[in-house]
Amino acid sequence: MTTQTQTPAYVVTTQTKASQITAVAACALLAALVLLPFVAGRGLIQDLFFVLTMLVLAQFWNLLAGYGGMVSIGQQAFVGMGAYAMFGGVILAGIDPIPAILLGGVAALIVAIPTAFFAFRLQGPYFAIGTWVIAEVMRLIMAQTQSLGGGTGTSLPRAATREMWATEWIAELFDVRNSAARDILTYWLALALAAASIAAIYALLRSKPGLALSAVRDNPEAAKSVGVDAGRMKWVVFLSSAFGTGLAGALIYVQKARISPDAAFSVTDWTAYVLFIVIIGGIGTIEGPIIGVIIFFLLQSLLADFGSWYLFTLGIIGILVMLIAPRGLWGLITDKTGIQLFPVRRRLSGGTQDTSDT
Amino acid sequence: MSILELKNVSKAFGQLKVTDDVSFAVPEGQALGIIGPNGAGKSTLFNLITGNLTADTGTIAFEGTDVTKVPAMQRCFAGVGRSFQIPQPFDNLTVFENLLVAAMHGRNTNQAAVEQACADILLQTELMPVANAPASGLSLLQRKRLEMARALATDPKLLLLDEIAGGLTDAECVALIDTIKSIHARGVTIIWIEHVLHALTSVVERLLVLDFGKVIGIGAPDEILNRQDVREIYLGIDV
Repeated sequence: MTTQTQTPAYVVTTQTKASQITAVAACALLAALVLLPFVAGRGLIQDLFFVLTMLVLAQFWNLLAGYGGMVSIGQQAFVGMGAYAMFGGVILAGIDPIPAILLGGVAALIVAIPTAFFAFRLQGPYFAIGTWVIAEVMRLIMAQTQSLGGGTGTSLPRAATREMWATEWIAELFDVRNSAARDILTYWLALALAAASIAAIYALLRSKPGLALSAVRDNPEAAKSVGVDAGRMKWVVFLSSAFGTGLAGALIYVQKARISPDAAFSVTDWTAYVLFIVIIGGIGTIEGPIIGVIIFFLLQSLLADFGSWYLFTLGIIGILVMLIAPRGLWGLITDKTGIQLFPVRRRLSGGTQDTSDT
Repeated sequence: MSILELKNVSKAFGQLKVTDDVSFAVPEGQALGIIGPNGAGKSTLFNLITGNLTADTGTIAFEGTDVTKVPAMQRCFAGVGRSFQIPQPFDNLTVFENLLVAAMHGRNTNQAAVEQACADILLQTELMPVANAPASGLSLLQRKRLEMARALATDPKLLLLDEIAGGLTDAECVALIDTIKSIHARGVTIIWIEHVLHALTSVVERLLVLDFGKVIGIGAPDEILNRQDVREIYLGIDV
């Protein structure tokens, strides 16, 4: 975006050469990923589904913690509620699983309102623990909900998964079985959700509220003194993050087709891994979670056979990155090269006096 | 007409009364200086005027409207701008972005021209050479200037300056005074807390003395600074 000020004296720009190249490369990559099921096997499509959904969870946790300054360890609440709302829509109301994903996002948004009401009264580590406790409460509530399988969980009805929107068309197009068609469909939806999440978060950061968000993160009192509604910014970020996380949760469980409270509200799967991805990639940047999720996936593939050593290794790597490169791998790269693929900085240039970077 | 009027304003933290029955009015366009020993409640008084703190009792009126319970953000819209005693820049934003966020959110006037307005303020406060530098890397003078510039970006009618000259060299202080004078000359009402008396008295038309949260005098600077009680309390001179 290039904005021309009223007089030609000063110009404000956010675009860089790297960001222009990124935009072109991102479009090409997106097109390639859309067409990938024509050449790739089912295993790769399933792996990429995992990577893309983890990327969505990481982008929304990064929005919450990295940009909004709210370090939550209760994101599994929204994954779980999103997933259970989708199951509820399918099992209790007979909705097709695909539109029921939207129900998952809305349900997460709704439960986020009372969650925020309580959690916003807490600061720092208390906020983190508070969100975790709220997520546990939700897990216990769902474990008592017998119509959705109670403590042992339940599966999506066979008829619902077999007749899921568009699967028949995909099965014919690719000449594959119904279950493989379902994987392709959920992969495409994950791709769309990841692209839309990144685009939406980037658009938010470049907007007027995005600038306010940075100000609130840096200094809430000073932000209030220059007219920023710090409280409203927290709500906007918390609710958007819950909505996106809920959509991802519902989508993940459409693909899994089986749910239980322990899995859907797992702090390890939906928050600890997500934290790892964002921290090693680089918190407070859009590029960070993208790098982080790739590293996380590679580590998971390499260490898959080592059981608990896998978690041990993740922990060690997480601690080392925090000590050596607190701003993550993308922070290291930016420091060395100055490259920003998703620049949000507004640069002032032109006029009668020189402006410079120091 | 008074732009700001405080009537019987008090504020206590626990048992400690930091603002004690304070009443005064500031006519539009005037520059008022506030002096007092450390811990006299000067910054608390600013926080009450800006809405960062809420008064326990008493009323604060801005342009004739009671704003006692109005939050900081809305007082900023109304036209109250402030600098902090310890500079509080948005560290991860550039100098220009620090002003931009204030101009975009803090003023209720023409939004289309905010970028140009920020550029003008950068020139006026001599921050243009560091416009695109991160605020975290600024020198003390630049940080003080940024405090003032960011407050100006909200297009205030009343500007509150909290020890803006503290810690500066004489030359830096002179440069800052020139900038403050030029802002005042445009008709902006100023309330300025300062220990650097020569800086303060070169700008303000009236002085207010605060001690243990109470107003012990308000009037022309010469008259106030020559009062025996003020000299004893504030200047530490035994007369």
